[in-house]
Amino acid sequence: MSSNLFEYLLILGDNSMILAHRLSELCGHGPSLETDIALTNTSLDLYGQVRNYFQYAAEIAPEQPGASEDSIAFLRRERQYRNCILLEQPNVDFAHVIVRQFLFDAFQNLQLEALLQSSDSQIAAIAEKSLKESRYHLRFSSEWLKRLGDGTETSHQKTQTALDYLYPFVHEFFDETEIEEIAAKEGYGAKLADLKPGFESILKEGIESATLKIPDSKPRFAQGKLGIHTEQMGYILAELQFMQRAYPNLQW
Amino acid sequence: MSKEVNLEEQFQARIDAGERIEPKDWMPERYRKTHIRQISQHAHSEVVGMLPEGNWITRAPSLRRKVGLLAKVQDEAGHGLYLYSAAETLGISRDQMEEQLLSGKAKYSSIFNYPTLSWADIGAIGWLVDGAAIINQVMLTRTSYGPYARAMVRICKEESFHQRQGYEIMLGLCQGSREQKEMAQDALNRFWWPSLMMFGPRDHESPNTEQSVRWKIKRKTNDELRQQFVDITVPQADYLGLKMPDPDLKWNEERGHYDFGEINWDEFWQVVKGNGPCNKERIAARQAARDNGEWVREAAIAHAKKKRQSLDKSA
Amino acid sequence: MKEINEEWPIFEVFIRSKNGLEHRHAGSLHAADSTMAMENARDVYTRRQEGVSIWVVESKHITASNPTEAGEMFEPAKDKVYRHPTFYELPIELKHI
Repeated sequence: MSSNLFEYLLILGDNSMILAHRLSELCGHGPSLETDIALTNTSLDLYGQVRNYFQYAAEIAPEQPGASEDSIAFLRRERQYRNCILLEQPNVDFAHVIVRQFLFDAFQNLQLEALLQSSDSQIAAIAEKSLKESRYHLRFSSEWLKRLGDGTETSHQKTQTALDYLYPFVHEFFDETEIEEIAAKEGYGAKLADLKPGFESILKEGIESATLKIPDSKPRFAQGKLGIHTEQMGYILAELQFMQRAYPNLQW
Repeated sequence: MSKEVNLEEQFQARIDAGERIEPKDWMPERYRKTHIRQISQHAHSEVVGMLPEGNWITRAPSLRRKVGLLAKVQDEAGHGLYLYSAAETLGISRDQMEEQLLSGKAKYSSIFNYPTLSWADIGAIGWLVDGAAIINQVMLTRTSYGPYARAMVRICKEESFHQRQGYEIMLGLCQGSREQKEMAQDALNRFWWPSLMMFGPRDHESPNTEQSVRWKIKRKTNDELRQQFVDITVPQADYLGLKMPDPDLKWNEERGHYDFGEINWDEFWQVVKGNGPCNKERIAARQAARDNGEWVREAAIAHAKKKRQSLDKSA
Repeated sequence: MKEINEEWPIFEVFIRSKNGLEHRHAGSLHAADSTMAMENARDVYTRRQEGVSIWVVESKHITASNPTEAGEMFEPAKDKVYRHPTFYELPIELKHI
């Protein structure tokens, strides 16, 4: 059984990694060269975070000799990935991309702010670096949310549709798992309940200034942090893990 | 008539003196048209070039490789952007250029009509395709049209990591397992000849060369550049322990260059004319990006207008 | 199908590479408005730490001199050598002047 800290790092890292993966699929297919470049920057920021979390996780996993950022990123079974299922939702259209990003950015900003106080100095250091990135991501996604929500009639509709679909996933951010509970109690993790009021106010402001409506919908059943994913995840991992699985134990 | 001739002579004299031509300067219509054609073709190559490499981003074998590749493909978007901007100074819009690409009126480098079938292809493209491109691009940093030359300076600066990344991937494979080395050899076999084709037709079949040299769009001919590329690349392949797929390739002491076999020009023209392995897919992908992005671009314009109106009202 | 038949306008981007230096023209890009132009400039032109400050301005707002008038605009300055320190002849043994 690996340590709680290790599992907590997986939650942090997997959220960034699966979203980075989705964003990386867009490179070369976005609405303009400028947005391609911007979203790729976001993806690269997130991969940077992933590497920091997983390098640290590899260091503190003595029961896994030879663990590395890559073995952690590429060689787990699906049930061992701990990202929230919002992040594996596909790039249906640009509205889905922006809404998904906005919802995550809002949460990640608050989470990283809280992690600045982590009793674990490594986590605090990663949070400090990542927070600057995340703040920019939130600024970027909020601006785009406004453009799409308060743009044309078509864009308004598409964006409301995306929000209606994705909003019910956000509750999973705050469903505290035992791992997160222990992490918060031991002082290295963020207490999720404390983040909720801030999250709701960022959402309210962002969504209303985009002339959109917060959906009045029930939370969607979600257990991504426990390793139970949507059907999307298998395909993500099929690509992510392809080389490592097809050609095991090689250097690239 | 005589005034026009005079202007043209003065213009050529400026170029001969090594002066740069800037957007608002007088220029012969043919100079403008040729530059729009060449710069936009160059921009399209960057943008279409994102597709074959982008094909492997989600499957890159390690996190280090993934961020390296992602940053590289992103750079290509940037390079496309710089080049479109340079062409726009000549009085054509990016929209118009994109339409020319999608309608087949504008060309792009044929190399990107070949598929990327394995991870090694990413290495081979970086090493060979970027290597071939750099030879052209370094020459173009001294071309006569200012905005084009400046874009090339920026691009060359950024691109220097691309070829190194590609070669490092190949090196990793060649120092790896038998299977990895085979993968590398297979990629070289498939990309070597198309890389040589990147320099274009033989000189005697390249009608624009003479004019391009006069305007310093070109400072060397296709065949000279191709030879330069072969001479540089063969020792690099030797270092990797890979075999060039050309039985006629050998060092010619007398010439001080490598001799190499004849390119399959039928294949070249077939791909140029739109019937290569991936021409249809590449254009379809760009068309889809344009179509799917249309409502997004419109929304941003509409939003900007609303913002401006509310600012005007409050003022 | 098309609601708006308009391209994003072109903006010029100026970057200060570090404090103490002036902003210099870095290139152009397209954006719907200046907010987006600023974001795009950051992502397009400062990926490699090229800058600490950005200016963006829509290209159409720039007034440029006309190259056909370059003669009358710039050549009159050519022979005003007395504006340069080397015009004034002083003994070499003189210091700090």
